[in-house]
Amino acid sequence: MTPQEILDQLRANFGEAILESKLDAPQPWISVAPNRTKDICFFLRDTASLQFDYLMCLSSVDNKDKQLSVVYHVWSTTQKHKIVLKAFCPRDNAHIQSVSSVWGTADWHEREAFDMMGIVFDEHPDLRRILCPDDYPGNPLRKDFKVPEFYQGIKVPY
Amino acid sequence: MIDTLPIKTSTGRPLRKEEMVINMGPQHPSTHGVLRLEVVLDGEIVVDVIPHMGYLHRCFEKHSEHMTNYQQVIPYADRMDYLASMNNDWGYALAVERLLKIEVPPRVEYIRVIMAELQRIASHLIAVGTYGIDMGAFTPFLWCFRDRERILDLFEMTCGARLLYNYIWVGGLSHDIPPGFVDKAKAFCKYFLPNIKELNDLLTYNTIFVKRTADIGVLPADVAINYACSGPMLRGSGVSFDLRRDDPYGVYDKFEWNVEVGKGEMGTLGDCWDRYIVRVREMEQSVKIIEQALAAIPEGDVQSALPKRIRPDAGEIYVRTETPRGELGFYVISDGSATPYRVKARAPAFVNLSVMSEISRGCMIADLVAIVGSVDIVLGEVDR
Amino acid sequence: MGLLDKQFNNSNVILTSVEDLLKWARLSSLFQMQFGLACCAIEMMAASASNFDIMRFGVIPRATPRQTDLMIVAGTVTLKMATRIKRLYDQMSEPRYVISMGSCSNCGGPYWEHGYHVLKGVDRVIPVDVYVPGCPPRPEALLEGIIKLQEKIRNETLVKKSAYA
Repeated sequence: MTPQEILDQLRANFGEAILESKLDAPQPWISVAPNRTKDICFFLRDTASLQFDYLMCLSSVDNKDKQLSVVYHVWSTTQKHKIVLKAFCPRDNAHIQSVSSVWGTADWHEREAFDMMGIVFDEHPDLRRILCPDDYPGNPLRKDFKVPEFYQGIKVPY
Repeated sequence: MIDTLPIKTSTGRPLRKEEMVINMGPQHPSTHGVLRLEVVLDGEIVVDVIPHMGYLHRCFEKHSEHMTNYQQVIPYADRMDYLASMNNDWGYALAVERLLKIEVPPRVEYIRVIMAELQRIASHLIAVGTYGIDMGAFTPFLWCFRDRERILDLFEMTCGARLLYNYIWVGGLSHDIPPGFVDKAKAFCKYFLPNIKELNDLLTYNTIFVKRTADIGVLPADVAINYACSGPMLRGSGVSFDLRRDDPYGVYDKFEWNVEVGKGEMGTLGDCWDRYIVRVREMEQSVKIIEQALAAIPEGDVQSALPKRIRPDAGEIYVRTETPRGELGFYVISDGSATPYRVKARAPAFVNLSVMSEISRGCMIADLVAIVGSVDIVLGEVDR
Repeated sequence: MGLLDKQFNNSNVILTSVEDLLKWARLSSLFQMQFGLACCAIEMMAASASNFDIMRFGVIPRATPRQTDLMIVAGTVTLKMATRIKRLYDQMSEPRYVISMGSCSNCGGPYWEHGYHVLKGVDRVIPVDVYVPGCPPRPEALLEGIIKLQEKIRNETLVKKSAYA
């Protein structure tokens, strides 16, 4: 299916939850509302014509306009088409609905996004830091992150 | 009524009275690196496994945002999956080349395929060797490392480094292959194929090895796809999917080779033995690809397409390549300047490890070692 | 001390000091803790394999820190791992030696500038005897590091308490 058809199907079922889209980019993307990601992803996975059953990658981005976003690259093993979804959220109240019940792999990817960028995923079964230590101050991949001087008594900078 | 203790695991699950929590800590001979497994046991049976990682988190993504040049990210990409550096370099270089919309000369494509497949053999040799030593077989480890030294000699001849090469650059290669490389590589291919047969006689069909790995850690195909497993983990469960054939890049479509899948020969489909045999057979297929590529390398200049300045237009791209562990994806966002804005590496070992708690319920501790070995993780990639 | 076999040719008795004898015993059988962290661990494994063979120097890998005298810190030390390394070092019994292998554990390596989670050198948490440079160092370089450590042990004095007690 072409990206335009996917967008039309999504618009038909979710209406105002589908925000903007850029279909002429080399990898077309569709932006969705951050509090409806789970329903939209269940639809993408379970509809017979779409069957997006493979979540290739879930990344968190700190955008230039100071919003945080999560980018989902999904692919269908049966229909062989790909689409990119994006969910934007404000910086100081970053909440996005978790899709870990749709694709099991999203569990750890979302924990990483929580660790690195500080985005809280609602309805996630176990949202803890995964890469940095549990008491590490700050979210490292934000653009305004400052490296701490000391961590548990060990000097961090060179 | 279930008796529970006031002790909880780190996920918040309360412990029952007959359970205990054991730590297979970051320093352990069988965890292939610094991985901590929190194992909830009922006697010898594993009730739950909670992996903890981050002990090798080396801030790859933060470094790539501070580099003054896209080429400078390549040594950091090398060090992510240090057993498959050529494949990592190629994944990142491919992503940036697609952002820049440049084509590389055909000689570069052929050499990249040869290096990637040699690297695949080297990585699978380590996977097989360390898997044997986890099971208690010491000899295959020494044999595999001996064969791997021959491959490292080839790499050292070309670019001077044994483990982390910084060889595949955006738009080309750092060095051309030296004279004598083609003959030495052909000699290696001839030398190596009988060694796989030797390895099969020693380890693969060995009764003890089969008993320790067959029917252990069975991963059904639909669970594998839901957890986005890739590489030998997915192919061991019977799903015939290989990015070199199904989402092609480079010149793989010019060669004749098969995609190996597990068939459940020794036990259930998708067990540890299937994943292991997929790796062994992939080594044979890689030798086939290398021989075909060596016979057909075109002439040319490998550095002619290296860009003088890398300043892609603002945009983003996600490119995936097949490394020995699975699908390595690079999501590169450019904002129009010479520094990458965001580079996200989707590591196959990270994703493959997430399925471990699903497949290891009900096994024993010794089986846990077999399962971790069959996932073939590299902590540099899991933690980035 | 002289070559031991020459001395045995003359008679079955050798004369040496207790210090030399103990030091010879220590340096000839440095049991190593299997402690590979990152890429340098692969070169350490290649050094124990048959091409370079570290076992001919008496270095055998042991899994538990209680039975080892040598810890080769091979690879990048992160902040999360630093506390565990200190703990493992404390669990080793004396005499204990540390070789820092690779530039990541020497000084932070390629991650020195922007690594927010990388410890810039393992000598910030434990005392190091020998530094082996390289990224990763060749197995021959690790062998040279071990030989240097053996020289260092040969020149030690057991009479005075060491600073690392």
